[in-house]
Amino acid sequence: MAKVKGDIIIDIEKCKGCELCAAACPQHSLELSRKLNSKGYHYIVKIEDNCTGCTNCALVCPDSVIRVFRKTEKKKEQVATITNVTGDITVKVKS
Amino acid sequence: MKELKLMKGNEALAEAAIRAGCDAYFGYPITPQSEVLEYLAKEAYARTGMVVLQAESEIASINMIYGAAGTGKKVMTSSSSPGISLMQEGISYIACAELPCLIVNVVRAGPGLGTIQPAQSDYFQAVKGGGHGDYKLIVLAPSTIQEMVDHTKLGFELAFKWRNPVMILTDGALGQMMEKVELFPQTERKFELLPWATTGKTKDRGRSIITSLYIQPEVMQEKNLHLQKKYKSIEREEIRFEKYKCDDAEVVLLAFGLVARICKKAADLAREKGIKAGVFRPITLFPFPYEEVNTLADSSRIFLTVEMNAGQMLEDIRLAVNGKIQVDFTGRMGGIIPTPEEILEKIIEINEGVPA
Amino acid sequence: MNERRMLDDSHYENLIEEESVCINENLVYDKPETLTKTPMHYCPGCGHGVAHRLIAEVIDELGIQEKTIGVAPVGCAVFAYNYFNVDMSEAAHGRASAVATGIKRVLPDRYVFSYQGDGDLAAIGTGETIHTCNRGENILIIFINNGIYGMTGGQMAPTTLEGMKTTTTPFGRDVQAMGYPLKITELIAQLPGVYYCSRVAVNTPVHVRKAKKAIYNGFKFQELNKGVSFVEIVTNCPSNWKMTPVESNKWLEEHMLPFYPLGDLKLPGKEN
Ligand SMILES: Cc1ncc(C[n+]2csc(CCOP(=O)(O)OP(=O)(O)O)c2C)c(N)n1
Ligand code: SF4
Ligand code: SF4
Ligand code: SF4
Ligand SMILES: [Mg+2]
Repeated sequence: MAKVKGDIIIDIEKCKGCELCAAACPQHSLELSRKLNSKGYHYIVKIEDNCTGCTNCALVCPDSVIRVFRKTEKKKEQVATITNVTGDITVKVKS
Repeated sequence: MKELKLMKGNEALAEAAIRAGCDAYFGYPITPQSEVLEYLAKEAYARTGMVVLQAESEIASINMIYGAAGTGKKVMTSSSSPGISLMQEGISYIACAELPCLIVNVVRAGPGLGTIQPAQSDYFQAVKGGGHGDYKLIVLAPSTIQEMVDHTKLGFELAFKWRNPVMILTDGALGQMMEKVELFPQTERKFELLPWATTGKTKDRGRSIITSLYIQPEVMQEKNLHLQKKYKSIEREEIRFEKYKCDDAEVVLLAFGLVARICKKAADLAREKGIKAGVFRPITLFPFPYEEVNTLADSSRIFLTVEMNAGQMLEDIRLAVNGKIQVDFTGRMGGIIPTPEEILEKIIEINEGVPA
Repeated sequence: MNERRMLDDSHYENLIEEESVCINENLVYDKPETLTKTPMHYCPGCGHGVAHRLIAEVIDELGIQEKTIGVAPVGCAVFAYNYFNVDMSEAAHGRASAVATGIKRVLPDRYVFSYQGDGDLAAIGTGETIHTCNRGENILIIFINNGIYGMTGGQMAPTTLEGMKTTTTPFGRDVQAMGYPLKITELIAQLPGVYYCSRVAVNTPVHVRKAKKAIYNGFKFQELNKGVSFVEIVTNCPSNWKMTPVESNKWLEEHMLPFYPLGDLKLPGKEN
């Protein structure tokens, strides 16, 4: 199974604190901060490190505040096997 | 070689539009100007590829004009009084967004649905605004079919020179009658990408935005000041008028459009009776030749304004004369064209009443 | 600034050796280029913003920025021209489709779209809407149905639901007195000049994805020269519905969508 690891960057100055992203996040990773941005809005912050990079939050955000990143780590494949001359050490090289 | 043709006013105007290289016409039928749309529908596309579209209303037509004029194309519409009333919101937007276009009003008598007979009762609407806000149209008033042709070409030139809507204020009689006209040769239609026009934002320029919305009062005022400055420049450069036997005239008839022709006849009749009469005809109603009228008041004894309305241009004449001499008025309403004889009668009546 | 820095450091200490996911090659969602940097003036959680972003994404993806001309309405989206990085024209209230007609007729190879509210498109501009569609103008009409007059402060719209309270229907819309909510999209779909007609929403991620597809179709179909593409987007107006954005999207799902069901009303190649 491929392991998915996501993350987001929130442009907090542009966030209007509508919480639509939080409501759309299946991982419940997002919450309103108690702090205000310079426009006077409570802004959204990531409270858990369980983001999968599903983009749901960005899709529903009216102000294009969220950038989403996703790293898909493919299962490592063996690309070579190296054995020393005496044959007592074998190293498997994975991608 | 001169190209002379006997043509109906509305058709001559439509022919001139094609020859001026007009790119698109949007309009809605209304008597007495439907021939413009009909003529163009038949002639234009095959000859120059010009777009001709019958819209669902005058509101739609003027907003199609707004959109198409915003691309920098040469566009026009025509209508008659009630239809022009419907267009006023759009005209105000076009004036504020400073889009070039030609609007033709073949005036019929009102108010209301009125009659399809000719009148000049839309002078105020054309010259003093019509729609909301402080704006001006450049208004041309042809008095012959030849001028219907020439003003169409001139109208497009002025519209682009000043980025301002131009109105040809004519009437049902000029639209319907036939006269021999000299046609100018076909101008090729060419598409120029203008920097302000909405033609698609290419990398070499910023976005073009056509709007009349300036939500901050300071900015809106700035826009207004800019417009007023432009209108002042137009007043300096574009005034056009005609004088007929005015040099020695004691009685000056002041009239625009069709009525000016009748006044010329009346002036000739008056001269036969020994009254030195002449005619002053503003060709541009905005900009109005205030100074020329004022100067003329120095050398004449009587001013008689003649119009096919209740006395609309009369107000501008009085403004120009500024009390120097008496300004009288005679006119017809309801679609009746005054005769030279009735104007002569009025001349004689006033002439006897005003001491030399 | 990256929001990660704002959280307390201890939260990140145990993550320290993990390399950041936030690198360009992992970027899967970003603001489209066709949106300008200008912050939008819409209320928090307003669907106009999502609709704008989707249009911009499609323009980006099709690579048609230089050939697109938009028409903004009078309504909350009156400033749409500040947000789209394309040439735009601001139309009078209700006249956007006539303005779009004017543009498209003289520039037939450009992509032209109008963006209109329910008051704009289905009340004051009904005539222009129907006739533009009936002429089969080759444009995309985006219809934002939020069931209310947003800009003027929450008056009844033609699309206001029966019983719905607005400032001009303080006791709820009484259909006997005020008439019925107008399903103009269903009317439009009947017209032969309409090539594609769809109703979408932007209240959930799934709906947003479908909405984008519809907008994509709307632009793409202009290349075929076959007539109007009409995309209704059912949206919220948290401010005038007097709800939080999250509540408004839920209310939209429960009340608006049963009356304005989502889906294609006319899809080329499919008998309807
Ligand atoms: C001719 C004219 N009439 C009325 C108005 C006032 N007005 C501005 S926006 C609007 C309604 C907007 O509602 P809608 O089209 O639904 O857009 P929304 O704000 O909901 O997105 C009205 C009545 C106007 N600007 N022009
Ligand atoms: S949806 Fe966008 S604007 Fe709303 S809270 Fe989330 S990030 Fe902020
Ligand atoms: S990308 Fe998905 S998991 Fe990550 S914060 Fe956004 S909605 Fe939640
Ligand atoms: S008033 Fe309603 S439609 Fe207008 S921006 Fe606010 S939430 Fe959106
Ligand atoms: Mg609305």
